[in-house]
Amino acid sequence: MKDLETSAPTPNEMELIKKFLDDTTLFLGPDPEIMQNHDLMPRTADEDDAIQKFSDSHMIAKIRDRIQSGCDEGYEMVEQMGAAPGAKWGDVITGVYSASGDLAIASAGGVLIFSALVHHPIKFIIKNWLNDPTVGVREGDGFIHNDSRYGNVHNTDQSMILPIFHDGKLICWVASTVHEGENGAIEPGGMPSMAESPSDEGLKMSPFKVVENYQIKRDVLTFLQNSVREPKLQYEDMKVKLFACLRIKQRLEETLNSDGPEALTSTLRLTMENVRAEVKRRISEWPDMTVRSYIIQDSTLRENCVVKINCKLTKTGDRLIFDFRGSSPEFTNRATNTIVAGLKGMLAQVFLCYVWPDLPRGQAAFAPIEVITDPHSIVNCSYDAPNSQSLMSIFTGFTAGQHAVAKFLYSCPEKFTKVHAPTFNMINTFIWGGVSQHGETLGNLCADLNGMGAGATANRDGEHALAPIFATMADIGEQELNEEEVPFLQLVSKKMTRDAIAPGKYRGGQGYTMMVATKDSDQWGFMTTAEGAKIPPIQGLFGGYACGTYPLSKVKDVDVYEILQNTPEKFRHSIEEIMNEQPFEEASYTTHHMGMGFEISKRGELFMISQGAGAGYGDLLERDPVNVVKDIEEGLISPEVAARLYKVVFDHTTLAIDFEATEAAREEERQARIARSTPYAEFIKGWNQPQPPKHLKYFGCWGDDIGTLYMGAPDLTRSGDEPKPNYMPHPKDVRIAELEARLAAAGIGGGEKK
Amino acid sequence: MKIPMTEYLRIDLETEKWECRVCDHVIAPAEGNYKEGLLVHNRDPRDIHPPVIDPDKYRFTFSPDPDWVRILEFCCPSCGTQVETEYAIPGHPPLWDMQVDVAALKAQWAARGPEMLPDAGPVVVPSRAHSH
Ligand SMILES: [Zn+2]
Repeated sequence: MKDLETSAPTPNEMELIKKFLDDTTLFLGPDPEIMQNHDLMPRTADEDDAIQKFSDSHMIAKIRDRIQSGCDEGYEMVEQMGAAPGAKWGDVITGVYSASGDLAIASAGGVLIFSALVHHPIKFIIKNWLNDPTVGVREGDGFIHNDSRYGNVHNTDQSMILPIFHDGKLICWVASTVHEGENGAIEPGGMPSMAESPSDEGLKMSPFKVVENYQIKRDVLTFLQNSVREPKLQYEDMKVKLFACLRIKQRLEETLNSDGPEALTSTLRLTMENVRAEVKRRISEWPDMTVRSYIIQDSTLRENCVVKINCKLTKTGDRLIFDFRGSSPEFTNRATNTIVAGLKGMLAQVFLCYVWPDLPRGQAAFAPIEVITDPHSIVNCSYDAPNSQSLMSIFTGFTAGQHAVAKFLYSCPEKFTKVHAPTFNMINTFIWGGVSQHGETLGNLCADLNGMGAGATANRDGEHALAPIFATMADIGEQELNEEEVPFLQLVSKKMTRDAIAPGKYRGGQGYTMMVATKDSDQWGFMTTAEGAKIPPIQGLFGGYACGTYPLSKVKDVDVYEILQNTPEKFRHSIEEIMNEQPFEEASYTTHHMGMGFEISKRGELFMISQGAGAGYGDLLERDPVNVVKDIEEGLISPEVAARLYKVVFDHTTLAIDFEATEAAREEERQARIARSTPYAEFIKGWNQPQPPKHLKYFGCWGDDIGTLYMGAPDLTRSGDEPKPNYMPHPKDVRIAELEARLAAAGIGGGEKK
Repeated sequence: MKIPMTEYLRIDLETEKWECRVCDHVIAPAEGNYKEGLLVHNRDPRDIHPPVIDPDKYRFTFSPDPDWVRILEFCCPSCGTQVETEYAIPGHPPLWDMQVDVAALKAQWAARGPEMLPDAGPVVVPSRAHSH
């Protein structure tokens, strides 16, 4: 022991070593200490002092409401004045952060995923810039940030962050975050599927100072404008975010002047501590249980494959632990990975939007909930992996969480919300870009991603095309207004896609069809970034079914604007009719998965997709026959499919229901179920396999063995806790290899002389 | 006391068994996997999610690919109620989806008492008056 003691450095020496390392750090990369932590910072001496002086709960509630209104006011400003389509539909958050950087109070509307992950860049600023003589944090400063490796969902989201001082002392922070879209990545619109490394993902801003004396620095601004495809939008929205922050600052100053800094500090801290304590209390009311679920991503957006998101949710006492170990390894050269903060933000959303929507919005609601992942996995990727399509993993991770949580809630005496089947989770929309009819270079997306169908609940059907899972209070915007700025029309929009259903006692809310075609530009194109064309991306609940699958359909070698002008009777208003009837004689009709890389389109070619349905709830044989017929009348389901699935007996012309015959048919079906099914023990003898099937490229654990992660083949694995590269070949190289093999088989040489 | 755990399943705290809420059938021990007491059917997903566009013409049709995913349908062996579905990769072992700590559940409800039991959930009675 004595030897060890003498050989170990003294505290003094440790201090020197630390100072030496700090002074000679060559690169302040993403900081795992900040990025892996989503809990509240410890209470500071200042906060303790403020709480001693000011803790009247009525006064705190009053001040909290005032700050909440200030945040909502800032939110309204960004939504009304922002130039980005994302701003217009509410893909925004504004909030007030404690002096230590925790998001204490956030705007009630907008995208609550942000509530659990916009605090990281502020903590980076505090840790690295506050005391750095070359940077510093002063009154009138503003910092910009978008690199998700330092916080946030993906680098389309830009934040403006302002420190708030009172009598020269840093009291708190305000920030405003918007999904801006364009960021100069290899594809327009800010979410490239083609990114094979972070270097393909465009502008990556670690937090830096871009505002001094409340003025945007023009030199830095010009550099940022040169880095993106929409330079005017870049400037306009930086100003909008700055002014929203200044409005919230003004509201904070009113409180500082009327009640003093201790009142503000105490309100921010106690709000968070109280929410955190309330969350633990609510969790303790759940049954002690482990729930397992998995969700499959059926593509990387570049190729179809089977990518598992594995979720084990355990509740013990007042602890709740999401265990995502066993999920797919990260892809070294595919963009669907997420940093773990993105996953946590989306899980926070399960609670803030769907389970406890009464809680004050902020970081505290998810703070006490624990998350376990494998390192370098698709839900906790390394900083060297691309993550521009992280939505694919955070949305499927969300659904695994939403599905698991529902099974805890059913038996709870106090629920706060209805037990809810999974909502549709994919952004089935068009991302677009090019040169507009006005000669402007643009890159962004249709707000229709906000039209996701809702899951059914314990007492009613899911609502159609309701809202995105990441923002229950978002808007879709006015298509006609959009069309004045972009050179394409949505020829069919908001028409429900018939038979693309999620049946149940209560059915899922359905999605609508979108058909777009370019007009008035020779340089315009589309991309789509969704999974779920081969395997549904959600699960059903308590005997209800998930949604089906949703492809992309294209009609080329046609100009539908010519058709509409000359032979309009040929046009059809559903994907079903256009693809099955093929009404345009010379055209080509093709189907694809939903990961279409950016593709230049010609005038009048049709690109057609559908929003997806939320999951169904309960046994479909319990569905009220009247509601089945109502679905037929509303064009949601065809009479043949309704009769076959729901076993409702009705006159197909008058839709009159024969109730007695329906009851008999349903009883017959229950007996038929028993007859065609197999006892569990016997069933698994034939069904269970020790490994993933050879015909699928499968990624993730198989069964309960979370220690072994498959990487595309039964003999290709890594252990869960040991990272390993996981490269996918270029889809074109795969195709070339196939064709070369066919040439070789046909005896036709190629390549090297032999 | 019998605790409703899902739309169709409950746990009898005295007997420590999973039971069917529709027909009272005793399904399985409460500390185990309730699926072991149910029947299973391996459903072709195209039955439930019919092709919207012609499968003879196109690769992608709005139907899940039956070689890539199956629907495991679990029903009560006594009344045939569909208790759960699981969209599964072919050959993937079905999940033990609800692993209950029965002792903790008993303690929780002993403290609460039966008056706290949640609503059983609405039974759908066909609303015949509504039809024309
Ligand atoms: Zn039964």
